[in-house]
Amino acid sequence: MKIGTPKEVMKGEARVAMTPESARQLQKLGYECIIESGAGDAAGYNDDTYKEAGVEVVKTAAALWKKADVVAKVRPPTEAELKKSREGQLLISFFWPAQNEKLMQQAADQGTNVIAMDMVPRISRAQKMDALSSMANIAGYRAVIEAGNNFGRFFTGQITAAGKVPPAKVLVVGAGVAGLAAIGTSTSLGAITYAFDVRPEVAEQVESMGAEFVFLDFEEEQQDGAATGGYASVSSPEFAAAQLAKFRELAPDMDIVITTALIPNREAPELWTPDMVASMKPGSVIVDLAAEKGGNCKLTVMDEKIVTENGVTIIGYTDFPSRMATQSSNLYATNIRHMMTDLTPEKDGQVVHNMEDDVIRGATIAHGKAVTFPPPPPKVQAIAAKPKEKAKELTPEEKRAAEVAAFKAQTKQQVTLLAIGAALVLGVGLVAPASFMQHFIVFVLSVFIGFQVIWNVAHSLHTPLMAVTNAISSIVILGALIQIGSSSLLITLLAALGIFMASINIFGGFLVTRRMLAMFQKS
Amino acid sequence: MEFGFTIAAYAVAAVLFILSLGGLSGQESAKRAVWYGIVGMAIAVLATLIGPGQGLFVASIVLIALGAGVGYQLATRVQMTQMPELVAIMHSLVGLAAVFVGFNADIMINNIGDIYEANNLVMGAVADDGYTAIGLPKEVYDGLSSFGKLIAKKTNVEINILKVELVLGIWIGAVTFTGSVIAYGKLAGKVDTSAKKLPGGHMLNAGAAALSVLLAIMYLSGSGSWTLVLLTLLALFIGYHLIMGIGGADMPVVVSMLNSYSGWAAAAIGFSLGNDLLIVVGALVGSSGAILSYIMCKAMNRSFISVILGGFGGPAGEQMAVEGEQIAIDADGVAQALDEADSIIIIPGYGMAVAQAQQNVAELTRRLRAKGKEVRFAIHPVAGRLPGHMNVLLAEAKVPYDIVLEMDEINDDFPDTDVAIVIGSNDIVNPAAQDDPNSPIAGMPVLECWKAKQVFVSKRGQGTGYSGIENPLFFKDNTRMFYGDAKASLDTLLTKIS
Repeated sequence: MKIGTPKEVMKGEARVAMTPESARQLQKLGYECIIESGAGDAAGYNDDTYKEAGVEVVKTAAALWKKADVVAKVRPPTEAELKKSREGQLLISFFWPAQNEKLMQQAADQGTNVIAMDMVPRISRAQKMDALSSMANIAGYRAVIEAGNNFGRFFTGQITAAGKVPPAKVLVVGAGVAGLAAIGTSTSLGAITYAFDVRPEVAEQVESMGAEFVFLDFEEEQQDGAATGGYASVSSPEFAAAQLAKFRELAPDMDIVITTALIPNREAPELWTPDMVASMKPGSVIVDLAAEKGGNCKLTVMDEKIVTENGVTIIGYTDFPSRMATQSSNLYATNIRHMMTDLTPEKDGQVVHNMEDDVIRGATIAHGKAVTFPPPPPKVQAIAAKPKEKAKELTPEEKRAAEVAAFKAQTKQQVTLLAIGAALVLGVGLVAPASFMQHFIVFVLSVFIGFQVIWNVAHSLHTPLMAVTNAISSIVILGALIQIGSSSLLITLLAALGIFMASINIFGGFLVTRRMLAMFQKS
Repeated sequence: MEFGFTIAAYAVAAVLFILSLGGLSGQESAKRAVWYGIVGMAIAVLATLIGPGQGLFVASIVLIALGAGVGYQLATRVQMTQMPELVAIMHSLVGLAAVFVGFNADIMINNIGDIYEANNLVMGAVADDGYTAIGLPKEVYDGLSSFGKLIAKKTNVEINILKVELVLGIWIGAVTFTGSVIAYGKLAGKVDTSAKKLPGGHMLNAGAAALSVLLAIMYLSGSGSWTLVLLTLLALFIGYHLIMGIGGADMPVVVSMLNSYSGWAAAAIGFSLGNDLLIVVGALVGSSGAILSYIMCKAMNRSFISVILGGFGGPAGEQMAVEGEQIAIDADGVAQALDEADSIIIIPGYGMAVAQAQQNVAELTRRLRAKGKEVRFAIHPVAGRLPGHMNVLLAEAKVPYDIVLEMDEINDDFPDTDVAIVIGSNDIVNPAAQDDPNSPIAGMPVLECWKAKQVFVSKRGQGTGYSGIENPLFFKDNTRMFYGDAKASLDTLLTKIS
């Protein structure tokens, strides 16, 4: 089968869905690769590099759509583009099906099968094709670079002959993939980095990247991100208020603010209000990575950079990945290539669209002339661990009550055990003759002493304990010693054997115990 | 009864034995405690030898001396890694000795019965007071050995009780004997360590046990000694089959259980011989083994019954799929990480014992400590094949015992640890026990080494552990696999660390 990539039609889009490197890998899967002339120019790959990699270069988009069985793209197709596709053709691209329902319907009506790269479920197995994450990673990095470009000072603090430079303070709101990438970039540039996220469980990740997690003084059972596939969900009004109050407190100190807070299929929440912007120092920079969804700051203008009256720069670009087209094309093409690997189980260049597979099913939004969105929840649940229930701090009264209860339970248990034991002993006493009971008392007391003594034995000495008990259990030698003097030859013989074996045990057991104990040394 | 002096000697011996077990509460007092045990045993044996009714004094001494020679050889030659085998095989000796002593008692009862008959008397008949037995004529009685006298004095009820006791003693002794032999075979690698059962499984054991009860009842109602022989054979079979059905990793429980059995067997024999010292010691050993078994079971979060019935129960449901890949690392990488680390925890397991790597581990510890790093050991209660196995191995390699810590003492320290090194352990560091409710080992307390900043796992290959459970630890982001035989890999590692 043939897999083709047309030139992106959207203005300013520099990425390309196939690179010479990914084409080589796709050919190994048995596919023939074709590309529209000039598709990779903006990403730094000219037609010749593709030809070198064995890719057929076709002149026009129309020819490409006609020849290819599988079309891989970056941006969602336009209506005109989609019209060029035919029944049975497979289209792989970002699609945003929730916002592009009409387009999705059109694809289904035409019989085009569509795999939306933005719908790849967030499970560990699918990470290699999670284009959202790979693009978000770039966006996070680029956001810091872009902010630095518009920020008039160093990130890192320096003391030079020409004066002292304080380090920049950066706040990253939302510690998803983009947020973490931003945190990493910012800390490695030397800025003091703070980060916030509504999911408290990411605090550890944030701290591991070298940033400081901003905690709220807020008592609420937070919904765990794992339940929503690792994404944040809508928080309560009280929580939102507490969060804004904290930001308001931080705003005057911050030099750079990068907001990345997005909730799937919703408008971006407002986290950085105009009054916070007003309280910031002139020259500060805000990068709003949520600009496409309305922005975390309402002053943001999508795709533009504005400067407010008090000199704060607000960047609302939505094409950060495209601004690093070579890097993002590499990663995106690799994501596509991994998707194709999953679609080609036999490595024979034939697509097997397995709708039973969690990942493929989740990403497919149109298949066999029907819309298949939204997908059923994946069978394998997402990444994160179950929430650990934190032990509550007990008040002194509760502690006391718990102690009393434990004491009572213990007493009850002990009394029950004693009662059962006593009943058993008494029961034996009813039937057994007195001569037996004399020995029985000794037995019961010995068991009792045994239990008392053994509980105190140190764990590390369990092996010596076994060796010692082994040695002293050879006390059966006494029985054999008494019996050996019998007139019966058989008894004498058996007793002799008994003595021999038991004495092996006595000497062996004690000697080996001594050997072991001599080895235990204090440092 | 016997001489007052013998009894007094037994009392002293019993106290010494109790002190000897009590002394094991600490490493230093333990060294004194062994001597209590030795002296106690010497007093008991001497008192019996010079006591009444002991014939064949010289022969006994010779036999003891022979046994001592063999025991000395065993004790001095055994490698510390072979301790589990030694303990197991020694249990089998106690079991067998108990069987012999029990049979002797039976033979003696028959002999005395014959003597009664020869004198036209009925053994065990009761005098008019309904309490004292009608004894043998004095001249016949005096000709008996002391053990014979003991039996000759018994009434019918007492003889029956004696029989119950000796049946118990023989049965437990026989189970201990074959069980210990099989346990020895498994530990020494001479018998396949996986859980094996004959067709019929537990039903076979249950049937054999039921048949034993039947035979015991027949024996008590006077069907003759053949029932006792048959019963012994059944017990031998049960011991064999029971332990065959238990897998290698459950050996700590099995060995301590057999330890307990050998004690109960001694106690039962003590009853039948009317010897209090045997009863005391048997009870001490029995309860000690029982407690050890309990501790081991608790450490595996399994009930005693389920261990004895063998094998891991099937998983309760779909186990969590493990995703990701195992990432290997070479000695250079480990050496570098160790060089940078400040605090290190080493988690040894059975694999260390198998590879005999304890000396290398100790050397690594010495070198790291010399560099001022904090090195500690975390010991899971069921690490190895014997309770406390790892402690003994590390002690042999001269690792100071105060840096060897129990699971409860050290588990909270992992988050503050730079590097955790897992050497030859698997199930005891399996996070599935906490994360996956469907895992066969769910709920078992484990060492939370994955909380350390970095984990190195020294392992022979990619296979699963004894239990066949996939270990998600190996797939974690902060885990690196250091493949190869533990001893060989540590050797190469030591060349990189000066």
